[in-house]
Amino acid sequence: MELFNFLKDHILFINLLIITVFLGFEIIAKVPSILHTPLMSGSNAISGIVIIGAIILVRQSEPTDYVALSSGFVGIVLATINVVGGHAVTDRMLEMFKKK
Amino acid sequence: MIYLELFYIVSTVLLLLGLRMLSSPSTARKGNIIAAVGMGLAVLISILDPIKNDHGNLLWILGAICLGSLIGLLYAKKVKMTDIPGLVSLFNGFGGACAVFIAIHEVYKFDATQSLGFMGTTYLALFVGGVAFTGSLIAYGKLAGKVRDWRNGISSYFNLFWLVGCISLILFQIYNPSLYPFLPLVILAASLIYGLSFVWPIGGADMPVVIALLNALTGIAAALAGIVYDNMVMLLGGILVGSSGIILTMIMCRAMNRSLLNVIIGGFGSAVHSIAGERRNIEKTSISDVSINMRYANNVMIIPGYGMAVAQAQKACKELDNTLSNKGIHVNYAVHPVAGRMPGHMNVLLAEADVPYSKIKDMEEANAMFSDTDICLIVGANDVVNPSALDDPGSPIFGMPILEVLKSKNIVVLKRSMSTGYSGIENPLFSNKKTKMLFGDAKESIESINKEIKTMD
Repeated sequence: MELFNFLKDHILFINLLIITVFLGFEIIAKVPSILHTPLMSGSNAISGIVIIGAIILVRQSEPTDYVALSSGFVGIVLATINVVGGHAVTDRMLEMFKKK
Repeated sequence: MIYLELFYIVSTVLLLLGLRMLSSPSTARKGNIIAAVGMGLAVLISILDPIKNDHGNLLWILGAICLGSLIGLLYAKKVKMTDIPGLVSLFNGFGGACAVFIAIHEVYKFDATQSLGFMGTTYLALFVGGVAFTGSLIAYGKLAGKVRDWRNGISSYFNLFWLVGCISLILFQIYNPSLYPFLPLVILAASLIYGLSFVWPIGGADMPVVIALLNALTGIAAALAGIVYDNMVMLLGGILVGSSGIILTMIMCRAMNRSLLNVIIGGFGSAVHSIAGERRNIEKTSISDVSINMRYANNVMIIPGYGMAVAQAQKACKELDNTLSNKGIHVNYAVHPVAGRMPGHMNVLLAEADVPYSKIKDMEEANAMFSDTDICLIVGANDVVNPSALDDPGSPIFGMPILEVLKSKNIVVLKRSMSTGYSGIENPLFSNKKTKMLFGDAKESIESINKEIKTMD
């Protein structure tokens, strides 16, 4: 019953989730194989969006709670590497494709 | 101040648009930049947006972002194009690790007020993030040659047992949240171990599937964390990555004619299948022989595989291509969808060497061209040209579509030594009458052939 309530409270989220799954399928389904690698590293960079969770964690931590602060800190560093590095390396690859 | 949250919508649209543009060659670069702007905007909003229990801690956040950006840029600048698959896995692992850090923290913040669904979601984020983290690290280690494959008969049973164990632990924990305070840490450890044991036995030739799958898992972890923080961008961004990663995984599986379950459970490479007797009939050839044959060919097809990446031979291929083209010989490249260690791996390397799109043929095109091909030059490809896939029902790769090089007139295989492919499967192509083997470093061999052909008129 509790699970049912959770689903009910998040019904909008769940709808969105389903729609986005289909949207993701549609967007990617016909991608040419030449773009598989850039697409993967680009979407990999986007998965670093989890950084927002780490930012919220740090913002909500007591300034003296060093355990929370440092794990949030490490989380942000790692996710930033994922985001910034991912987009940068994707750009480097696509630049090579562009030359011709 | 409520308006700030509206900008999350803008950043979601930018992410969608960016991903859409990334999947078409002419707009891909712009798409990547647009997605990056969307990410930046989302991060900015998450810092400025007013939230409950805000303690600021801005220095921590900005410091971490600066440090992370610096490391990320450095990595991205320095990496060799041949090492891209490893780098993508590593970055992916970092994203998963971030999900682990935040989820374990949220878990320890639980009091009696959380619903089962909320707790379950948080633990799921912890589990999926943990698997993506250690799984990606192992994939990185394998691609960097630091971790060897670990195959044995029991790994698939162990994995199944362990997976069920992880889920049972999570269920037990959300129904008895305060019984054992250390249990969340046990769940964390179990998830990390599952990531290791799940990827470790999977062979190198299956890496394109695994990397795409791990990518999807990180996206799903991000989406679950988005539900935990009630944050739309995280949810949508994560799901987009998750679903696109799954599509790519399925495309890779289809290219190998295998089901995802078959890849995960293994079997590829773990089956010992050898035709030892045929090994003796291998015919070696020399640089000068290959050079003369190429000089007098009309159509040459270069077939790159992981060995080209290892030998960094892509530029040498392009130079040979230039020399031959100047002498009026047609040179094309045949690329199998799962050649290399990640989806599209060979395309990136050939692009790095300035090979034009029009010369790169996909499997169907190439198979239609082989009958007119005088010489197939196989540069470090193995399983994707293995004819057992067509005619040997006992072979572990039977049924996988391959580049049918045997339709061509002559085949030259550049290979370091007479070992089997990464997947450990014997390749009868090497002992075929049409095939000649040229042992040695692929890059050096190609450079020597090129030098030799240049001196001919």
